[in-house]
Amino acid sequence: MLNRYPLWKNLLIIFVLLVAGLYAAPNLYPEDYAVQVSGSREAYTVDSALIGRLEQDLSQAGVAFKSAELNEGTGLIRFADSDGQLRAKDVISKALGSNYVVALNLAPTTPDWLTSVGAGPMKLGLDLRGGVHFLLEVDMAQAVGQRLDVYVSDIKTKLREERLRYREVEHLDDGRLSVRFADAQVRDEAQELLRTNFPEFLVDTAEEGEDNYLYINLTEQTIREIEDYAVKQNLTTLRNRVNELGVAEPLVQRQGRNRIVVQLPGIQDAAAAKRIIGKTANLEFRLEAKPDASRVTTETYEFRNEPGRKATLEKDIIITGSNVANAQASFDENGQPQVNITLDGKGGQMMSRVTRNAIQRRMSVLFVEHKSRIVQQTVDGESVEKRIPYTEKGIISLATIQSTLGNSFRITGLESAQESSELALLLRAGALAAPIYFVEERTVGPSMGAENIAMGVTSVQIGFALVLAFMLLYYRVFGLLANIALTLNLVLLVSVMSILSATLTLPGIAGIVLTVGMAVDANVLIFERIKEELKNGLPPQSAIHAGFGRAYATILDANITTLLAAVILFAMGTGPVKGFAVTLSVGILTSMFTAILVTRGLVNLAYGGRKLNKLAL
Amino acid sequence: MANTQKIFNFMGPRKLMAAFSLTLLLISVVSLAINGLKFGLDFTGGSLVEIGYEQPAELGAIRESLEGAGYEDVTVQTFGAATDVLIRLGETHDPQLGDNILQRLQAAESGQTLTLRRNEFVGSQVGEELREQGGLGMLLALAMIMIYLAFRFQMKFSLGAVLALVHDVLIVLGLFSLLQLEFDLTVLAAVLAVIGYSLNDTIVVYDRIRENFRIMRKADAVEVMNSSLSQTLSRTLMTSFTTVLVLIALAVFGGSTIHGFAIALLAGVGIGTYSSIYVAANLLLMLKVNRDDLIPPPKEDVVDEMP
Repeated sequence: MLNRYPLWKNLLIIFVLLVAGLYAAPNLYPEDYAVQVSGSREAYTVDSALIGRLEQDLSQAGVAFKSAELNEGTGLIRFADSDGQLRAKDVISKALGSNYVVALNLAPTTPDWLTSVGAGPMKLGLDLRGGVHFLLEVDMAQAVGQRLDVYVSDIKTKLREERLRYREVEHLDDGRLSVRFADAQVRDEAQELLRTNFPEFLVDTAEEGEDNYLYINLTEQTIREIEDYAVKQNLTTLRNRVNELGVAEPLVQRQGRNRIVVQLPGIQDAAAAKRIIGKTANLEFRLEAKPDASRVTTETYEFRNEPGRKATLEKDIIITGSNVANAQASFDENGQPQVNITLDGKGGQMMSRVTRNAIQRRMSVLFVEHKSRIVQQTVDGESVEKRIPYTEKGIISLATIQSTLGNSFRITGLESAQESSELALLLRAGALAAPIYFVEERTVGPSMGAENIAMGVTSVQIGFALVLAFMLLYYRVFGLLANIALTLNLVLLVSVMSILSATLTLPGIAGIVLTVGMAVDANVLIFERIKEELKNGLPPQSAIHAGFGRAYATILDANITTLLAAVILFAMGTGPVKGFAVTLSVGILTSMFTAILVTRGLVNLAYGGRKLNKLAL
Repeated sequence: MANTQKIFNFMGPRKLMAAFSLTLLLISVVSLAINGLKFGLDFTGGSLVEIGYEQPAELGAIRESLEGAGYEDVTVQTFGAATDVLIRLGETHDPQLGDNILQRLQAAESGQTLTLRRNEFVGSQVGEELREQGGLGMLLALAMIMIYLAFRFQMKFSLGAVLALVHDVLIVLGLFSLLQLEFDLTVLAAVLAVIGYSLNDTIVVYDRIRENFRIMRKADAVEVMNSSLSQTLSRTLMTSFTTVLVLIALAVFGGSTIHGFAIALLAGVGIGTYSSIYVAANLLLMLKVNRDDLIPPPKEDVVDEMP
């Protein structure tokens, strides 16, 4: 019979819509303000006893909370408003100290029966939630340069071991190493030696006057590996730092060859986050030079907090910050800020070996920071920005060694409590393998996020209402059916976005609005076609049938090409634009489903299988 | 069929319309060449700080205060509302910039609390890459669409559709250049959406033209165009109208962040609607499309069903 769907098709449509409704439902439940508590390291876990203690602390401080729960080692305490949440964070941070990460969060209130089928709300992007987005670039030239410096001493050691006399090993500015020999035969032997011992080297020979040179390049693959290692190492360090900062759902991710994206949603103190994430600080522990030491083995540095005061230190480094296993900020007997340091096994050994023979000498802690400045240079008549990296080193403390130092000791001489706690944090989280620079930063204040949501929702509502009203006026019964389909399309769109756990951004909302406007297109095509067929004298039932049938190919072509544009947008876009591309693509697909199948089903239900003389169109 | 459907003579003034389109294109290209686009932060790099005031802000005082503090290359403007101030600086990255500016301005305003709404920094290199990527993305989109259409329709249709798209995109870009509206990442997204939208319209028309070439055996190309455009006219206008409705909602209620986006799409939908009526079919005529281009017809039994 004309215009009747078989039962299975109707059931299929109903089934799809029910599932869609189920997965879209979590978005209806408003989020709770919450404080999330987790251990900063394996050793510190959150258990029900700890949660109980916190509940007590909160009650004592007079902060009302809705509930406290424990999920997979993370505690979550919910509050009725953001005021309670902020006050609770202070109370909890004070109670737990720096061994636990206390973060503000928005917790979904999806009921259990929905979470049990894997349903959850859409995630909100930074522009809707507030937060910080950074794009960091790892300085690859520096990473490779640091490795080359290591090779310089490796080569020296190797040549010495084999008793091949060289004049000089140098790290050239163009990224090559040069080894100078007096004797050409020794040079050739050395070339053979380096080739077998360092397969990652490309070794060339050259003669200049009296001297014989070896020039060493690294293979392309080795450079790749060094770069890869630097980025991975930095990712780990950044993750540690972000964890220390206490952010509920951070994102730290590699992007492309040498960039790292960091996103911290809902963070309150963006300035502190930026300070800590970008820091390339490290410590070096060195002995003060003996007065009679040769100048070749010493270096002189200024004190960080006392300009003008200087000390001469040995060039040899006992240990660096990478050997620090744990660091805690505290205050000494005089109320001065200090950092208590615990070294790892290797660091402890080195420290005790050196200090055993250096009692009554002084040891200094050198603060090393990689910085860069940007200078405008004119290259080929064009002004370009060039980044000049430089290193700042300053002494933070110089103290007499009273006895052999072991695994743990403390450093003083810091400027403020903030400095000591940031230094402790940086030492705990580890140093960056290569310097990083900010190439993009986007901070959205929390109030603006809320405003963006409100405006987005308003424009969806108004746009939607306008389209509904217009369709109803113009197409009457068919308009009503199209409106039902359009509403279902919106539900479907939201559910697919939730299932994909796609991130909703402001441009994403704009994409939804646009989809609402364009989704009716398929219905308009069909209805206009039906009208045409009626004018051509077809009876109503045949007109409906022909209308849907003929419009189908057109709808397909038109949507597939739009989808192509959306996919390209997704592939090249970043952040917010990607959000737009996702909603647009999903919207195109769902609108095809609702316009073709759902509207047809509804029209069939309304008109199918009975005698019609007229259509209200 | 022709007795029941009113046929408008769209192709009558086709020379005039071609001249109109060419004029718009010429203005756009000249403006793009001379003025260029006013690229936003996303593409140029630099810093931007948005600060919310409680009472309408005095831009002059803010500018002076910041210049007095030694910031160079400062632009201060309101953004959407008079209480919302957007400050652009040519600064290189400074994590403290937003807070420093907020503190400085707050010091001058004892009567109200200022809030830092937004703080953005984009490196010049990132901006440059994005510009290249954006251009590349647009070309890629056009190329893929062209291939798809050549496959689904025929080479002349494909060329016509893509030329119509280039027409639309250039005019939208021209509008942004002429009015010196800011061109940022969301506007680029909108322009790509315009490609999708305008194509949608063009394809509906082409689809009908293809169909009519097969049905109207005796008609010449101009007659086929006119019938096809007339038959699809109400659909073209309806869809554009509903889309314009939502876009107006977006432009009015969506806030200043996506204002440029809404404007670009409104312009795009307008020009896209015009081009699918007057440009797309016109291009087919110029490319001398005839019935032979569609023979042998793909296996579709549309013809047999007609009364």
